[in-house]
Amino acid sequence: MALKASALKVGDSHSEQICENLSRTQIVQYAGSSGDYNPLHSDEVYTTQIAGYPSVFAHGMLTMGMTGKAVTNYVGDGTLTKFGVRFTNQVWPGDTLTAIAKVAELRNENGQNYVDLVLSTVNQDGKEVMTGNATARVDA
Amino acid sequence: MTKLTFPVEASHIMMFARSIGDTNPVYYDADAAKKTEAGGIIAPPSFAQSVAQFNPDYFLRPKPDQPWFGSGKTATGLTEKSTSSGGLHAEQHFEFHRHIKPGDVLTVESMPGKAWEKESKRAGILKFRESITEYRDQNGELVITARSVGVTTERPVSQS
Repeated sequence: MALKASALKVGDSHSEQICENLSRTQIVQYAGSSGDYNPLHSDEVYTTQIAGYPSVFAHGMLTMGMTGKAVTNYVGDGTLTKFGVRFTNQVWPGDTLTAIAKVAELRNENGQNYVDLVLSTVNQDGKEVMTGNATARVDA
Repeated sequence: MTKLTFPVEASHIMMFARSIGDTNPVYYDADAAKKTEAGGIIAPPSFAQSVAQFNPDYFLRPKPDQPWFGSGKTATGLTEKSTSSGGLHAEQHFEFHRHIKPGDVLTVESMPGKAWEKESKRAGILKFRESITEYRDQNGELVITARSVGVTTERPVSQS
């Protein structure tokens, strides 16, 4: 169901837990589907001994994908016109992430209504791991 | 950069949706998807990046005839130490002119954008580089414009 502009106001928000206790296996699953096999995401030996990180960590694009799920659950299927993010902190195995989408603006362009969302994805410690923006078409 | 051909397949979309934990039937169930406002199966918003699967030279996929920098007998398959801690993804932006669907055959072309440097306490000198990627469909229509920013850090990102 598409959102209705008339039912939305600036400041409204949608919050959703997008993963719980993120597993190394899910990170591997994402490597397989996306084609990004960077060993930083799956190879604990390489990542700790060569790259110098405490463990493997998730692809930024996995966090974007999981956040996208929260956004499309809110705005509906096939209505997004823009989706952009900045990765601000790494996501580690064991993390539980929550995505928050907040209505920043409602506008009409050439007769079409749009909602602009500000996005923030945080981990179990409240640390922001990703920020972003999205725009979706909404009904009147 | 070279032009890539990206055939969009239903099974790839299904596997991608599974990998991001998205159980929405619009990504795998043709009958259910028909009843949604998308009108049929579409790809999740960040799926376009999976064009990497169709890049024969993609450097983050092991290849049978080349040494791989991940571990095997030793912690890295490379004999020379890499001079940097490697690249990380800093930003990703998509603009959707329409949502891609199974059966689309996309032509994908990337061009370099801006490049800049920044000093950071957590990882030393950061070198950013931007790339713009256009996804066009079988009719030559622009369907997605993507802007990606990669960063190379001087040292691993400190976790403090």
